Amino acid sequence: MGLRTPLFELHRELGARIVDFGGWDMPVQYTSQIDEHHSVRRAAGIFDVSHMCVVDLRGARVRAFLRKLLANDVGKLKLAGKALYSCMLNESGGVIDDLIVYFMNESWFRAVVNAGTRDKDLAWIRAQAREFDVQVQERIDFAMVAIQGPQARAKTATLLSASGAEAALALKPFFGVEVDGTFVARTGYTGEDGFEWMMPSESAVRVWRELNAKGVVSCGLGARDTLRLEAGMNLYGNDMDEKTHPFESGLAWTVAMEPRERHFIGREALEAILAERTASHTGRELIGLILEERGVLRSHQRVQLPGGAAGETTSGTFSPTLERSIALARVPASDAQRVQVDIRGKLLNARVVKPPFVRFGQPMMAIPEITR
Amino acid sequence: MSNVPADLLYTKTHEWVRKLPDGAVEIGITDHAQHALGDLVFVEVPESGRKVTLGEACAVVESVKAASDVYTPVAGEVTEGNALLASEPEAVNTDPYGKGWLMRLRPTATVDLMSPVDYQKLLQAEGG
Repeated sequence: MGLRTPLFELHRELGARIVDFGGWDMPVQYTSQIDEHHSVRRAAGIFDVSHMCVVDLRGARVRAFLRKLLANDVGKLKLAGKALYSCMLNESGGVIDDLIVYFMNESWFRAVVNAGTRDKDLAWIRAQAREFDVQVQERIDFAMVAIQGPQARAKTATLLSASGAEAALALKPFFGVEVDGTFVARTGYTGEDGFEWMMPSESAVRVWRELNAKGVVSCGLGARDTLRLEAGMNLYGNDMDEKTHPFESGLAWTVAMEPRERHFIGREALEAILAERTASHTGRELIGLILEERGVLRSHQRVQLPGGAAGETTSGTFSPTLERSIALARVPASDAQRVQVDIRGKLLNARVVKPPFVRFGQPMMAIPEITR
Repeated sequence: MSNVPADLLYTKTHEWVRKLPDGAVEIGITDHAQHALGDLVFVEVPESGRKVTLGEACAVVESVKAASDVYTPVAGEVTEGNALLASEPEAVNTDPYGKGWLMRLRPTATVDLMSPVDYQKLLQAEGG
C-alpha cells in the first residue's frame, strides 16, 4: 500500500482507477482520460495534487537563502503573493527538482515541490538552509487541489466567502492569496486558467463534492499528463533530471544569469556550459514534435535528425485537442524542420514545433494532415 | 464487471476468437482488455494476405497511456484487417466484440482456447 491523500477514499467511491505515482496511491482516471482532458479545455476539472509537497520557509534571511538555492531569482518577487517557477540545481548544474515558490512576506516564502523527489528535496533544502538560519516546515496538514479550465475560477469562487471570492477573483496570473483559512493561487499545470488551492486536509472532501455538484469534472493524473504536455510544460524525471541542465531542457527562460553577482548553486557549472555551447555551437536542446503520421509518440523513442545526428523523446502522448501525437525530445541543436522517430522499428515523420502545442483551449500551430 | 459473451472463445492474454460460418475466424480484444487500456487512439491491424504464426504479435492497440501488442491465438492467412479502426479506434472501446474486431483470418492451427466460463474465472483470479 502506498501513501494516501485525504481524498483517497473519495477517489475510490467515485470509481477511479488507482495507480502508484512516486509512492502515492493516486487516481489515474475516473471515466475516460480523453473526456476528462476535454472538460478542462472546455469547462472545468478538478485534480487532487495533495501528494505534492508544500514547504514553508521562514526566517529573516529567507530571501537571501532562496537567491542562493534557486536558479531563478526570487529578487524579482516584490509583491506579496507573487509566484516564481524555478529549477533547484546541484553544483554541476543538474536539475534536482523544479518548483514554484510564493513570496508571502519578507520572512516567509512557500515552495511547492514534486512528490517523487520529496525526500531528497527536503534533505537538500535543509542542508542549505542551516547557514541562513531558515526554518523548513513541510505542510503535511494541507490538502491541495487544482481546479483548471475556462470556468474554473468562477466555479471555485462560489465556495468562498464574499471577501474571499473577491480576493481570489482579483488575483493576477501567478499570484496567490490567503483567504478563509486557505491559500488560493492562480497557477496550474494545464495551459488553462484556474486555481491551485491549499486547504486544511479535513476540508478537501467537502470542497471536491461541492465542485462536482457545480459541474467541475473529477480528473486523474492521466489527463493531467496530456494537458501539461499539450501546454509544453516539463515533467520532472521525464524531461529533465539531475543528469541534464536547464539549457538542454527548454528551461533557459527560468535561469536568471543576471545579476552576475548573485551566486546561486550551479551557477559556475552553467557559466562553463554556456561558454562551451557558444564556442562550439553544439549542445542539446529540448524541442517539440508533432507526428505527421498515424501512431503515438512515447518517451525514449529514437529521434533521427536529417544530418545523421540523433536524440530521443523525453515525453510523448496522444494530444486529445490536436488529435495528433505530440512529444518533447532532446536532440543535438539544429535547424531541422522535420525529423524521423523510430516507433517500434518504423521511422515516422514528425514536424519540429515550438511548444506550447495548446494554450487556453486553442492549438498554437497548424495541425498537419495525416500522410499515412 | 466485464462483459464476456457466451458464444466466443478466449485467451489468457485477453483476446477473443469468433468462429465464422465460412470457416474463417474473427479476432479482437476483450471488454476487460479495452477497459484496462483506456481510451484507444491508434490501432494497427495486419494487411490481408499476411501469414501469421501462433502467438505472433500482429496487431497493436494504443491508448493514451500505453501501447500493447495483440497476439494471435490462431495461425493462418489474414483475410481482412478492420479498416474502420484507422479512423475510429474508439470502436474497440465502445463495441469490443462487434465493430471493434481487429482481424479475420483463415486458420491453419489454433492454440487451446478458453471457454467463456474459464475466462470469467481468469478475470476473477486477476481481480477484474
